Amino acid sequence: MKNVLDIVYLIPLLPLIGCLINGLGRKSLSKGAVGVIGSGVILVSFLISLWAFFQVHAGNTHTTEYFPFINVGNLKIPFAFRIDQLSAIWLLIITGVGFLIHVYSTAYMHDEESGQYGKYFAYLNLFVFSMLLLVMGANFVIMFIGWEGVGLCSYLLIGFWFKRDEYARAANKAFIMNRIGDLAFLIALFMLINKVGTTTFSDIFTSSTLAKFSTKELTTITLLLFVGATGKSAQIPLYTWLPDAMAGPTPVSALIHAATMVTAGIYMIARCNLMFSMAPQTLNVIAIIGIATALLAASIALKQNDIKKVLAYSTVSQLGYMFLAIGSGAYVAAVFHVMTHAFFKALLFLGSGSVIHAMGGEQDMRKMGGLSKYMKITNITFLLGCLAIAGIPGFSGFFSKDEILAGAFAKSPLLYALGLIGALMTAFYMFRLYATTFKGSFRGTHEQEHHLHESPAAITIPLIILAILSVVGGFIGIPEFMVQGAHSLANFLDPVFKDSYALLPAHEASHSTEWMLAGISSVLVIGVVAFAWNKFSKKPDLQETTGLGKVLENKWYVDELYDTVIVKPINALGSFLNNVFDKKIVDGIVNGVGRLVSYGSRQLRWLQSGQTGAYILMMVLGMVLIFVVQFFLRK
Amino acid sequence: MPINYYITLALCLFSIGVVGVLTRRNAIIVFMCIELMLNAVNLLLVAFSKMHHIAKGATAVTGTDGQLFVFFIMVVAAAEVSVGLAIIVMMYRNVHSININFLNRLKH
Repeated sequence: MKNVLDIVYLIPLLPLIGCLINGLGRKSLSKGAVGVIGSGVILVSFLISLWAFFQVHAGNTHTTEYFPFINVGNLKIPFAFRIDQLSAIWLLIITGVGFLIHVYSTAYMHDEESGQYGKYFAYLNLFVFSMLLLVMGANFVIMFIGWEGVGLCSYLLIGFWFKRDEYARAANKAFIMNRIGDLAFLIALFMLINKVGTTTFSDIFTSSTLAKFSTKELTTITLLLFVGATGKSAQIPLYTWLPDAMAGPTPVSALIHAATMVTAGIYMIARCNLMFSMAPQTLNVIAIIGIATALLAASIALKQNDIKKVLAYSTVSQLGYMFLAIGSGAYVAAVFHVMTHAFFKALLFLGSGSVIHAMGGEQDMRKMGGLSKYMKITNITFLLGCLAIAGIPGFSGFFSKDEILAGAFAKSPLLYALGLIGALMTAFYMFRLYATTFKGSFRGTHEQEHHLHESPAAITIPLIILAILSVVGGFIGIPEFMVQGAHSLANFLDPVFKDSYALLPAHEASHSTEWMLAGISSVLVIGVVAFAWNKFSKKPDLQETTGLGKVLENKWYVDELYDTVIVKPINALGSFLNNVFDKKIVDGIVNGVGRLVSYGSRQLRWLQSGQTGAYILMMVLGMVLIFVVQFFLRK
Repeated sequence: MPINYYITLALCLFSIGVVGVLTRRNAIIVFMCIELMLNAVNLLLVAFSKMHHIAKGATAVTGTDGQLFVFFIMVVAAAEVSVGLAIIVMMYRNVHSININFLNRLKH
């Protein structure tokens, strides 16, 4: 084996094998074996990914064609994997964070019965497989297989406890919302094939190929791709599935809805960055949708009481930031934030899972409080995660968020101001969450208090690792204005994005401006954190809310709005078609024909009287008729 | 004698036959009426044949096909009558009636 890049196919293949073993053997394998297989395959994938990453870091990117996948006429789509800087980063995030979550799951899901346990790990492995296919595909079609695969797996995992109706409905919602986005993605794909006859990234993203497109076509295609991304990455208008997706087991929320799947949209756009850079209107739309989603979701998160719901809306909001970065042309900042977000959001979700585990399934944080006394490791790691997401200087979230805000400032100061408000809201709701859960006094039942305990090592060790990553993860992207040339992520990703940089308007804010922006946001964030900490650790937010707070608690009534505007009319149309069109008109025609025939034959039946005389009479009449026609009427 | 007279006579006989078949219920009378119709046709055939013959010239051998036909019809009619009468006899033995309205079993 000369080069690890020759065996990259093992990276997705191993989780697939793990999925097959766990899925088929779920009845006979013991829980321990399932856990070892499920986590082990991901660990091996991670090690290969790490190895591949160092190869890429040394400058070897690689595209391997394994076999022709679709050959129709002139359209040739090979089954090919592409390992370059962008996919290498995603590989590390998926397999690395994925592995930790698998380990965590072995403890978290331990109370499930054996068959369910195997099924859970099979789904989890299948999910990782799909996600790896998505990022490794060297053309849109392979990417689309993974794209659909993660949609399917999220459906399976959200509805893992499908015996509860609302969970099954949440799974349906996620799947349908995703399908809407997928349709747009597919249309964009067909337009691309129609125009250039290839789906391979390296063939499409060259200036000579892209020169074939008119600006209008580029804008249409990129907008459609973006709609696809809004479905997967939970942006306005297709974001409502993600908060509902919290129905799944908590590690699933961490894996799918925080660390990996929702970043598929970001990955896809980052992959197509050249095309998006050539369509400035699309970038404007993305920036606006991004900031709108960030603010909307952050405002909803302010008033949620379910610990996972807060984190879910926070995820939507952070994804909004990533899209804001893309819309501002700051692709590196988006990728950077994907990475840091994967660390701290996985940490927060897993931490909340640890809390829920200790509380015996309780998710309402009004019934928690004072947990820091009982769960030391969870408390500290969760606090570090909150500090990271809030953007306290020195933690990973600070660097990535600051880079996004700087990018937004370069595009428009208004975007910066809105982004800053969103960041302050983030700091506020995260510390509302933290203080309500871990500070103050315990507000649950006595039985729950008795039951409180720190989680086992399989849960705390992933938390500790993620906490370390959340703290130090930002140092690979120290901004230019602090230390010259220290943004190693930007240097690493330079080959992916350098063509785009040439297209985008140069907007280097002066270093003093950037210092000032970072200073303002840091001071404000620290202020908000201190305020929220004080406010909620003493007197948690328990009373009924009114006015705007109620609107926020009810998520701006967006679900109700969708229900009224889209779901109900469609249901009404459906029941109209069912009751009136189908039953009356379609059935009417079919039954009418039948009834006509049977009525007609019942009438004709009287002709067959059995009276010979009547038969002869008719014969005679017929003959007379023929004679009359023959002799008198025919010319 | 003009051909019209023959035609009129044959028409009358045929009509009597038809009406008889339609109105009478007695199988034998129905049979007789059928014979009447057959003979009306025979009469016409002979008459037309003779007319043809004269038109072609009295010495000609051709133009007698119609008369030949009549013999065939008479033979067939005789055969038919014998079969028919046999049926009627069998029917009388079975149902003790020769009313044709008894013969409506095919309906069921």
